[in-house]
Amino acid sequence: MPTDILMPALSPTMEEGTLAKWHVRAGDKVQTGDVIAEIETDKATMEVEAIEDGVIQTILVAEGTEHVPVNQPIAVLQLEDDEALAEGGPTIVQPPSTFEPAETATPTSAVEPSPALGEVEPEVEAAPAGPQAAPAEPAPAPEVPPGTETQDLTMREALRDAMAEEMRRNGDVFVIGEEVAEYQGAYKVTQGLLDEFGARRVIDTPITEYGFAGVGVGAAFAGLRPIVEFMTWNFALQAIDHIINSAAKTLYMSGGQMHCPIVFRGPNGAAARVAAQHSQDFSAIYAQVPGLKVIAPYSAADAKGLLKAAIRENTPVVFLENEILYGQSFPVPMIDDFVLPIGKARIARPGHDVTLVSYSRGLAYTIDAAERLAEEGIDAEVIDLRTLRPLDMDTVLTSVRKTNRIVTIEEGWPVCSIGSELCAYVTAHAFDYLDAPPLKITGADVPMPYAANLEKLALPSVDLVVSAAKSVCYRETAA
Amino acid sequence: MTSPSLTPGAANFSVDQRPSDGPEQPIFSARPDLTPQELLTAYRNMLRVRRFEEKAGQLYGMGYIGGFCHLYIGQEAVVTGMMMAKREGDQVITSYRDHGHMIVLGMDPKGVMAELTGRRSGYSKGKGGSMHMFSVEKGFYGGHGIVGTPAPLGAGLAFANKYRGNDNVCLTFFGEGAANQGQVYESFNMAALWKLPVLFIIENNHYAMGTAVERASAQATELHNRGRAFGVPGREVDGMDVAAVKAAGEEALAHVRSGQGPMILEMLTYRYRGHSMSDPAKYRTREEVQDMRQHHDPIELAHKRLVDLGHAEDELKAIDKEVRETVNEAAQFAQDEPEPASSELWTDVVATKG
Repeated sequence: MPTDILMPALSPTMEEGTLAKWHVRAGDKVQTGDVIAEIETDKATMEVEAIEDGVIQTILVAEGTEHVPVNQPIAVLQLEDDEALAEGGPTIVQPPSTFEPAETATPTSAVEPSPALGEVEPEVEAAPAGPQAAPAEPAPAPEVPPGTETQDLTMREALRDAMAEEMRRNGDVFVIGEEVAEYQGAYKVTQGLLDEFGARRVIDTPITEYGFAGVGVGAAFAGLRPIVEFMTWNFALQAIDHIINSAAKTLYMSGGQMHCPIVFRGPNGAAARVAAQHSQDFSAIYAQVPGLKVIAPYSAADAKGLLKAAIRENTPVVFLENEILYGQSFPVPMIDDFVLPIGKARIARPGHDVTLVSYSRGLAYTIDAAERLAEEGIDAEVIDLRTLRPLDMDTVLTSVRKTNRIVTIEEGWPVCSIGSELCAYVTAHAFDYLDAPPLKITGADVPMPYAANLEKLALPSVDLVVSAAKSVCYRETAA
Repeated sequence: MTSPSLTPGAANFSVDQRPSDGPEQPIFSARPDLTPQELLTAYRNMLRVRRFEEKAGQLYGMGYIGGFCHLYIGQEAVVTGMMMAKREGDQVITSYRDHGHMIVLGMDPKGVMAELTGRRSGYSKGKGGSMHMFSVEKGFYGGHGIVGTPAPLGAGLAFANKYRGNDNVCLTFFGEGAANQGQVYESFNMAALWKLPVLFIIENNHYAMGTAVERASAQATELHNRGRAFGVPGREVDGMDVAAVKAAGEEALAHVRSGQGPMILEMLTYRYRGHSMSDPAKYRTREEVQDMRQHHDPIELAHKRLVDLGHAEDELKAIDKEVRETVNEAAQFAQDEPEPASSELWTDVVATKG
C-alpha cells in the first residue's frame, strides 16, 4: 500500500518551506530513521526521516522547490510489506516550482462591540497572518526624505543589519544570549554575526536568563554596550529583576552617575499554537517602568532605524520584536546610517474619520481594517506608536483632535494595557474633541489557549477593528 | 543554636581538603603578616568604619536616617583586608550592607552620610539611600538592594575587563544568605566557563536576617566549596582577622588576575548589630554576641597586635579621636545639608545624553 510522505512543519509558525535536497531517489529502499530529504525555512534547516520501512515510489516535489506548503505530499512511499510494488513502478513527477499558499477561510463572525468605554471581547477572523503573508504596505517613516530608494528586507534581516552596522561602528557593542552565535540565532536574527565579529563579540550563553541578563547589566555599568537577546520575552520573566531593578533604576539611584547602555531584545507577543507560557505580550508591563525605553516596531524599516537608535541610547532599552513578523518583507530605505528617533509615532495611513492606534503586529490588523473601512467610506488614520515608552501622545492627540474618535488595537491583555493608557490620556486631554467614547481592542483576558479555534478567539482581528471603528463612527456594523 | 566557630587571630590556616577528583585548589603559601605600617592603616580603616556605623546608628535613632539601614559593625576586617589586597583599577560591588566598603574605598564619609540622611550632597543626591550608592571614580559599582544580584553584575563587570583585555578583577561581595540564590550559581557557571576575572567574596556573618546559616544552607560549613562543581576553587578565611583577609585576598586576586578564572573566598565573620535597625534580635543569644565582641573583635585584635609591636595606647587613642572627629564632621554635614530640590524628583530617570 502506498503512503504519502508529507512536507513537515519544523516550527509552530512554519507554513511552508523549501525542499532543499533529496537524499533518495525513486526506487530506493528506505528504513525507518533514514534521512531522506532536507527541508529549509528562513529559520532553520532540518532533515526529514523516513517514518516507515519501504521503497520510495514517487518523488512528488523536486529538489530546490520553494514555498512548499506544510502537509503537501512530497513523495510516495511503498510500504515494505506491500507486494504491489512492481505495479506502476517508480515515477518522478516534476511539480511546479512554487505552490500557492493555501486559501484561508473567509471570516463570517459578527461583532457587537460594546458602545460603552471598555475593552471589546476579541473575535477573530482567519488564521493569524503567517510569516509569508503579504505585509500591509506601511507608509514610509516621516524621517525618510521622499524619493529615497528602498530595498525589500525581512524584519529579521533588518534587525541583523542594524546590529551589524552598530557593531562595525562601535567596538563596545556586543551580542550575548542563547544560540546567538554558532546556531546563528534561534530565529536566525543574528545570522552571520559570528562570522563577521567572532566569538569575542557574539557570545553564546548557557540557558540562564537571570544570570546572563545580570552579566549584561554589569558589563553595561562598566561602559560596554551589550545587546542581550532573549530567545523569547517569555523567558525574560526569569530576568525581569535585572531589567527592572538593576538596569532601569540605577541611573536614578546613583544620582545620575551610573549609566546602563543596554538593549534587551527578542520576540514578544502572541506566536502561533504555542499556548499560554510562550504566547503573550509584555508591552504594557515594561512600558510602565520608569528608567526604561520600550520599542515595539511593526515594519522592518522602523525596526532597523530604531534598533540602531536603541544601541546608541544610554538608557536601557526593551526592544520587543514579533516572531510572526520576522519573515515578512518591508521596504527599507537605502540610507547610510538610517537611525530613527525613539519616542516618535508614525502616521501609517493618514485619514480624517477615526484614529486607529496600534503597535507591533497589531498594525497588520489595523492597516487591513483601514482598507476595508475605506471601501465602506470611512477614512481611518492609522498611527503606529513604534515606541511604547515614552508614548508619543502629541501625535495621538493631534490625530484625535482631527478625527474626534479613537480605537486602540493591541494583542496584549486588557487590564492596564497600552490602550487603557491611551484612552485615559485622550479622555483627559481631548475630552471636548471626542464624538464617541474611546474604544480599545485587546487580546482576551485569558492565558493564551492552545486549540486553534480558541487561540483565534483570544486575539484581535480585522473584523473586530472594522466593527469597533464603525461603532465609534456610529455606523451600523456589518452582520 | 550553634555558635559560629572562629579562631581569633589564627596566624595561619590550612588549605582546604582537596577532593581527589575535584578542581585544582590553589595553594596559599603566604603568611598573613602585615607590616607595622599596614597594621596601623588597617586599624585606622576598621575604626573609621566602626565609628561611622555607630554614628549612623545614632542618627537613625534620632530620625535623620530612614528606611532600611544595615550596619557593618563586626565585619570591618573583611572589607579592610580586601581593600588592602586589591589594586587600582579593580572594581568593587556588593549588596546593601555597603557602608564599610565605601568608607574603606576612600569615598568621602560626608557624601556617604549625607546620602544616608537623604540630602542633596549625598553620593546619589539623596535618591538612593543606604542601599544604593555608587562611585564610578572609586570603582564602586553599588550598593544593590536585591539579595544575590551582585553575583551576575560583578561577573558582568569582570566580563568587561576581559572584553577590554585589561587585567583588572571585580571583587564581588555578597552574604551567606545570598549564597543560596540561584543566580549566584548561574554566575559561577558563566564565570568559570568564560574564565572571567571575578573574585566572589561570601561574607558569612552567620545570619541571613534572623535565619542562622545552619537553618538555611545544606552543608553550612562548606559555602566556600559551593563552586566546586563548576571548577571554581574556594577557601575559608578568618574574616575577623584583617591580616588573614588581606593575605587570602592577595593570593586569590593573583590567581584570578592570572587568567585562571574565578575564585570564592568565604569570610567567616559576624555582625554585632541586627540585620537592619528594626531587628528584634530574638534569633540569637545576648551571650553569643557578647562572646564575639569580647573575644573575636577584629579591631581589638589589631589593637592588641599594635600594642605588642610597641605602639603606645596614647598613639592609638589619638587615631580613634581623629577618626571620631571625621565622623562627627560627616554627621554634622549630613544633618545640615539641605534636602534635594523638588526638581530632582524628575532628573536622572533616563540618560540625557546619547
